[in-house]
Amino acid sequence: MGTAPDGWGLWQHGFWGHCVLGRVTARLCWALWAGRPGGQPRAPSHPIPSHPIPSHPIPSHPIPSHPIPSHPIPSHPIPSHPTWMQWIPTPGEAWGLWGSADAALSTSLVAHPSLGCSSDPETRAGSSSVPVATVSLPLSLSPGFHVIPSVSSIVPESCLLIVVGLLVGGLIKGVGEKPPILKSDIFFLFLLPPIILDAGYFLPLRPFTENLGTILIFAVVGTLWNAFFLGGLMYAVCQLGGPGLNHIGLLANLLFGSIISAVDPVAVLAVFEEIHINELLHILVFGESLLNDAVTVVLYHLFEEFASFEQVTILDIILGFLSFFVVSLGGVLVGVIYGVIAAFTSRFTSHIRVIEPLFVFLYSYMAYLSAELFHLSGIMALIAAGVVMRPYVEANISHKSHTTIKYFLKMWSSVSETLIFIFLGVSTVAGHHYWNWTFVISTLFFCLIARVLGVLVLTWFINKFRIVKLTPKDQFIIAYGGLRGAIAFSLGYLLDYKHFGMRDMFLTAIITVIFFTVFVQGMTIRPLVDLLAVKKKQETKRSINEEIHTQFLDHLLTGIEDICGHYGHHHWKDKLNRFNKKYVKKCLIAGERSKEPQLIAFYHKMEMKQAIELVESGGIGKIPSAVSTVSIQNINPQTLPLERVLPALSKDKEEEIRKILRTNLQKTRQRLRSYNRHTLVADPYEEAWNQMLLRRQKARQLEQKMNNYLTVPAHKVDSPTMSRARIGSDPLAYEPKEDSENLPIITIDPASPQSPESVDLMSEEPKGCSGLPPSPEEDEEGLVMRVKEPSSPGTDDVFTPGNGDSPSNQRMLRCLSDPGPRPEPEEGEPFIPKGQ
Amino acid sequence: MGSAHSVPAEMRELADRTGFTSEQIEHLHRRFKQLSQDQLTIRKENFDSIPDLEFNPIRGKIVHAFFDKRNLRQESDGLAEEINFEDFLTIMSYFRPIEMNMDEEQLDRFRKEKLKFLFHMYDSDHDGKITLQEYRNVVEELLSGNPHLEKESARSIADGAMMEAASICVGQMGPDQVYEGITFEDFLKMWQGIDIETKMHVRFLNVDTIAHCY
Repeated sequence: MGTAPDGWGLWQHGFWGHCVLGRVTARLCWALWAGRPGGQPRAPSHPIPSHPIPSHPIPSHPIPSHPIPSHPIPSHPIPSHPTWMQWIPTPGEAWGLWGSADAALSTSLVAHPSLGCSSDPETRAGSSSVPVATVSLPLSLSPGFHVIPSVSSIVPESCLLIVVGLLVGGLIKGVGEKPPILKSDIFFLFLLPPIILDAGYFLPLRPFTENLGTILIFAVVGTLWNAFFLGGLMYAVCQLGGPGLNHIGLLANLLFGSIISAVDPVAVLAVFEEIHINELLHILVFGESLLNDAVTVVLYHLFEEFASFEQVTILDIILGFLSFFVVSLGGVLVGVIYGVIAAFTSRFTSHIRVIEPLFVFLYSYMAYLSAELFHLSGIMALIAAGVVMRPYVEANISHKSHTTIKYFLKMWSSVSETLIFIFLGVSTVAGHHYWNWTFVISTLFFCLIARVLGVLVLTWFINKFRIVKLTPKDQFIIAYGGLRGAIAFSLGYLLDYKHFGMRDMFLTAIITVIFFTVFVQGMTIRPLVDLLAVKKKQETKRSINEEIHTQFLDHLLTGIEDICGHYGHHHWKDKLNRFNKKYVKKCLIAGERSKEPQLIAFYHKMEMKQAIELVESGGIGKIPSAVSTVSIQNINPQTLPLERVLPALSKDKEEEIRKILRTNLQKTRQRLRSYNRHTLVADPYEEAWNQMLLRRQKARQLEQKMNNYLTVPAHKVDSPTMSRARIGSDPLAYEPKEDSENLPIITIDPASPQSPESVDLMSEEPKGCSGLPPSPEEDEEGLVMRVKEPSSPGTDDVFTPGNGDSPSNQRMLRCLSDPGPRPEPEEGEPFIPKGQ
Repeated sequence: MGSAHSVPAEMRELADRTGFTSEQIEHLHRRFKQLSQDQLTIRKENFDSIPDLEFNPIRGKIVHAFFDKRNLRQESDGLAEEINFEDFLTIMSYFRPIEMNMDEEQLDRFRKEKLKFLFHMYDSDHDGKITLQEYRNVVEELLSGNPHLEKESARSIADGAMMEAASICVGQMGPDQVYEGITFEDFLKMWQGIDIETKMHVRFLNVDTIAHCY
């Protein structure tokens, strides 16, 4: 996903990019060369579809994704078969779809030709060599973008990738090969789902649900408006536009409009992730791009079917309208079902942690495929599945599985995104183009007009009902963020030549619009956001306080709504939450955690995160600062039991860590006994755990020592002011006492700011402090950190005027170091000079 | 919103003062009469008749807030015995949504007023500070819906939250500094990340006065 804000993107692109992709690249390049010595002539046309090889069965099957161009049913009498029914494939076809999916999967997995089982290796190698080169070259290039900061700050990654795709396509063409085109089925089956799943699984649910009405209006009404407005105007243009365009009918234009009108989630994500716009705008544009899929699917199918009809009746239109609800709600239903199944499955995976993430991916993909199978909206299904399963799955699975899911999804979706944009560039070079100035320019123009008009009118309408109104700035960004992308291209590519002879012109126009939105709008949106001073996203990590406040606010608002007697948003949310807690959680979450309230779960999660950070940092030096800078006794020393005074949190944390370590160690040992495929690589892991355990133990000992130092006064002193801050607050506390005799003494001189001598202290300090042998006097004189072990418990740090008369001693007074590690129990108020 | 209230007045005056439309005030007045059983004032017991409120974990705090004189913009401190319709409206006006034409200053005041209301809900002993004990009470109340939950976890959450608050608001603390409690300024700081002005509001449309009250 573009450049993630937290630097993980860099890691992923840099590290993974070089390691994993690099290796794949090497292998594939080798394969490319392996194909060459055979001297077989390269396939003249598109390599993949033109070969009737059993492992490339995709073109011969009906395409399981959105449209099925080869499946129009003109012979069906319309009244007896509702339009949407016609799209449901027969069982045989359904199996065919599955078969094709499997075969296609195996094809993609066996991209390495030498692994293939074809009887004709030479041809195979030859046929796959070109796309292989196409993929491998840019993939190895793309991580490099992040290295050049100046470029990536101006140009979005998506633009760069398209440029790379164009270059690669040009290169292939220059060599005399036929560049590959982004096949629609590969796009819809393999490239799109990871991106959508990533978006759905990590959907910010709260802003999404709060703005659901607005998002739906933009997605449904806005897309419909765009499609019909554009289609109608383009029809007019075609009628007026001269001989080249006259033959394009209304339906073809409407179909074109429905293809081009949908905002593309991939493009929006790629651009919006980089500009860090505020949550509201992000979710509005992004949510629209996700949810308009249902509209696009319906319109696309509808117009495509209609194009093959002799006559379109009113009934068809009504049925088409109804089919929208079937497609969208059906998609959601399929997604919810699979989401619940996934959550339920994850309840029982506690003994096979390694394949937990697999269930998430598997069921999500199943949801997508099942929805597409019945021509429901696969995107809606995938989002619904991700949203539904996430809270329960996260409660059930282990922390490691959670990390795996997170990183794998991010990784996977960014690979997909990269491939999509690169292929977009390559396909541009490869495809047949028919450039018609009138058509292309008017498409572009009306696209922009339709978007702006649609957003303006719809926000005017929406603002009547919104509590937080959308400002003109917001409207501008929403309109400007309407990027088109690869979905439109793939849909256009799927059009059937038989009914749409003008496909090439459509594709050219679509590509132009995509390039315009991605390049011009994508590149200028960031300066515009800055220029308009649109509110940016606040980078706050979720803290426990925020969680408490948010929950408090929720309950408060629910209460106020109840008092008003108004059943609003909060009321129903509260009802839903209670239902969830009472019934659903019990079914879907295993064990004790089902009863855990959200706040506690959140707290545990945070604690766990800190504990793991602690373990990973390998010691006490880098305890996350948020909590550790202030210790509990700084807040309320009286009410705490004495033994909890100091290391209260760290003890809990330690216990947690030890528990994790212990269980993990045991598990690894248990697993070692029998090997199976799902076992984690045993030896290095155990070693690592052992090492970590050892390191942790050492750190713990050190910390205990530290704590001893720090706790001593805290135990004996009853005054709260005396309690020491814990480790983080006091850097000097780390200094081992034994050494401090040799260390230069740091002078802070907090004691006497009024004293005139304090200014030239630095010059005297060396001989004053380190020159003198430690004498009993010094202890009485002041806070000199001459590290004597607590030999003089009776003295206090406050110097008394009587003893400080001799000049050397007076200077000594100001050679103060931090009293932190000094375990004098009786010191009273160390920093207040009584004697001045 | 803003100026001090003196005499209960006509609807328009109320509307000016609280920022509600007269229609909303009418709705709320009907609800008020329903709650008070046609009396002029509401007492604490009247809130018991709202069944939906029973499940609210912070129910006590919400009801308390209605009788908190600090929220009623009276100079005095302490608890009111009963509130009239105007007070009721005043409390409700804390939950008005943001308006389009507000400038920066108004927005800031608007935000602060909302936060002040919240702060008063947390600060139950009226000393201007949320002490650890008060914070613990809040967390315990939030978690009170779960009977099988030991108090210890609520305490540890509150302790953790308080430490976090201290580290946010004070930063590095000296060894002998004591963080006594969250003051209103600290409270503002902690809420910086949340756009309270776009969150703390209730829709005052279509108040359904038919029932839900026995």
